[in-house]
Amino acid sequence: MAAVTHDQLQGHQHGQSGLMRWITTTNHKDIGTLYMFFSFFMFLSGGVMALTIRAELFQPGLQVVQPEFFNQLTTMHGLVMVFGAIMPAFVGFANWMIPLMIGASDMAFARMNNWSFWLLPPAAILLLGSFFVPGGAAAAGWTMYAPLSVQMGMGMDLAIFAIHIMGISSIMGAINIVVTVLNMRAPGMTMMKMPMFCWTWLITAYLLIAVMPVLAGAVTMILTDRHFGTSFFNAAGGGDPVMYQHIFWFFGHPEVYIMILPAFGIVSQIIPAFARKPLFGYASMVYAVAAIAILSFAVWAHHMFATGMPAAGQLFFMYATMLIAVPTGVKVFNWVATMWRGSLSFETPMLWAVGFIFVFTIGGFTGLICAIAPIDIQVQDTYYVVAHFHYVLVAGSLFALFAGAYYWLPKWTGHMPSEFLGKLHFWCSLVFFNITFFPMHFLGLAGMPRRIPDYALQFADFNALISIGAFGFGLSQLIFLVAVIKCIRGGERAAARSWEGAEGLEWTVPSPAPHHTFEEAPVLR
Amino acid sequence: MSQATTTRSFDHYFVPEPSKYPIFGSVALLLFGSGAAMWLNKVEAGPWMFFAGLAILIYMLFGWFGQVVRESESGLYGQRVDASFRWSMGWFIFSEVMFFAAFFGALFYARVLSVPWLASGDNEALLWQGFSSAWPSSGPYTPSRADPFTPMGAWGIPAINTLILLTSGVTLTFAHYGLLAGKRGRLTLGLAATILLGGVFIGLQAYEYVHAYAELNLRLDSGIYGSTFFLLTGFHGLHVTIGAIMLTVMLFRVLAGHFSAQHHFGFEAAAWYWHFVDVVWLILFVVVYWL
Repeated sequence: MAAVTHDQLQGHQHGQSGLMRWITTTNHKDIGTLYMFFSFFMFLSGGVMALTIRAELFQPGLQVVQPEFFNQLTTMHGLVMVFGAIMPAFVGFANWMIPLMIGASDMAFARMNNWSFWLLPPAAILLLGSFFVPGGAAAAGWTMYAPLSVQMGMGMDLAIFAIHIMGISSIMGAINIVVTVLNMRAPGMTMMKMPMFCWTWLITAYLLIAVMPVLAGAVTMILTDRHFGTSFFNAAGGGDPVMYQHIFWFFGHPEVYIMILPAFGIVSQIIPAFARKPLFGYASMVYAVAAIAILSFAVWAHHMFATGMPAAGQLFFMYATMLIAVPTGVKVFNWVATMWRGSLSFETPMLWAVGFIFVFTIGGFTGLICAIAPIDIQVQDTYYVVAHFHYVLVAGSLFALFAGAYYWLPKWTGHMPSEFLGKLHFWCSLVFFNITFFPMHFLGLAGMPRRIPDYALQFADFNALISIGAFGFGLSQLIFLVAVIKCIRGGERAAARSWEGAEGLEWTVPSPAPHHTFEEAPVLR
Repeated sequence: MSQATTTRSFDHYFVPEPSKYPIFGSVALLLFGSGAAMWLNKVEAGPWMFFAGLAILIYMLFGWFGQVVRESESGLYGQRVDASFRWSMGWFIFSEVMFFAAFFGALFYARVLSVPWLASGDNEALLWQGFSSAWPSSGPYTPSRADPFTPMGAWGIPAINTLILLTSGVTLTFAHYGLLAGKRGRLTLGLAATILLGGVFIGLQAYEYVHAYAELNLRLDSGIYGSTFFLLTGFHGLHVTIGAIMLTVMLFRVLAGHFSAQHHFGFEAAAWYWHFVDVVWLILFVVVYWL
């Protein structure tokens, strides 16, 4: 490894410096860093929208925003968090870690990698800028169901083009990851020796390639229905608004797994490291991820039980959905079995990973409950569903992102993150997360609808509590910002193998990882 | 595997220098997207931004692909880069297949589900009395219904176009064999014939659109038939155009002496793409025009 340290202190690439370095970079580490800072910015933007929503819902009646603007906020909160925060953050992890984990010198297509990232700021400008056009931002919900989405103003057009651009970015990024994993592995790094994070991203990338074009098709049909007189989602012309829901959720359900499979990968890296045991049932983990991905194409209509479909369709989609609990259960049991009789220690990344298992599993169980068609018809579009998907997206995807960030920060910055701040961040987030989202189950079962700025008096106490929890959760994330900035600026020097039990090629290069690594492929044992 | 590592060549993988082109592409799509949204909403600056974005995009594509061609010709790309290109082109075409799948899915849904549903049960009894399910259909009510349209027949221009595209697949394969055998004349001839056939196809499609609007009263707003007809054939035509541009670039490269019997993935990628639009057309011919 001595050969790779020569430009460790150089820190920048071939004469480019300042802003131009970041704009023109073809380095997977630089691009990964860009992805992560971008996603954190979007995370804060979406968070401000969420807190505005919670401020309005603190008590019944209309206090803070008008209903029209409230609808824009719920819509944009969803779009920004899904496409701006969670997905780019995972792509950032993929960029940084996959070449390091498989012993590759860079991503397979380094220039295209740059474009994949730099398409996101334009998309964000279109999306966030749409708040300032006449009629405001898109307000049809992040799902953009027809006919609402066919009726709105310019904000909807901007959202459609933003989705097109983000889709191009995602497809290029996904192809890059597929090719990197298939073609760039070091000699001896066979597929079944690959770290789980690479496996989960490989399968996620296939999902992206398969469904992002379908979303592009769906929003293109909305665009032509809006402006060119087509009748895809217009029953008078022989189309059907429900058809939009089918096409959207054919994208939308795999999308859910696009946001959770890399999280599974991160957790599968961290738990063995802090249990000081290899991952239990590695092969079954790979097959479970593949099974989840394949099943994800056959469950989309469980989002539509209340829209109306034949009983046979309801039964099929209900059982297909419940089948997904089997491979997911395999994963959860394997994580627990990895910890069983391990030599456990609970540094910050492990706390997040174990916290992930607890809270994500609650979200998984409410998912099973929602999968049961007769129950789903009761809870459709209530806060129960809001609680469910925040348990899997916040406590699942986001907690895993934090776990991964604390785990790999030493490799990225060369300094150990502060255990005190990390643990404070974890416990504040866990407590406030549950204060925020657990009562939503009760509200939903009691019948409070989602996406409504006002509500009946009997929901007031829980809503006040939820809003307090939400502000606590939102402010807790600033601890993360402080922890990351402190870690970049200094702290305890990190060893190459920053955590005692950490395994994998990424821990064989120095911390911080030099600008160029594995220019000569490493030799595996 | 240890055996394989000694035999498999792990040559240095080419990683490009920092590049200015991606940011041009990003600015282009920002102008393109916001310009299109403004144009559609009658904002005056819209078309200007749209075309400015398009111009920057074309500049970016020229510059970027030009650089790739120069890198390829100077021998920077080894076998592993070649393998990367093969994987990526394959999966890119798969993503295109999924894009078309969305529109074919819409056509299937309309023909098998939504139109029959509108003509049955409560829909027929209470909402759209007298509407009977048939295909082609413009739905129970559209503004142009007072003036009904004639559907596009399969056995005129579309059948000729099918023959043209199938022939172009043959001429392209002829060119490919010429390249493999080192016969540059056959390569040039086959490639030029393919581009010519592609041009004729696009011309006939354009004529068909004029015919549809002028004589058949078949328009984008002719209900679900017009919607699926024009979006499927339109996106296919766009892809044929892109494929023809790719092949034209390959023709210029052939004339410049690029490609060898062993090293010609650029040509192959364009050929793959051409065969992909060919297959899409066959499906299109059967389910849009014929049945």
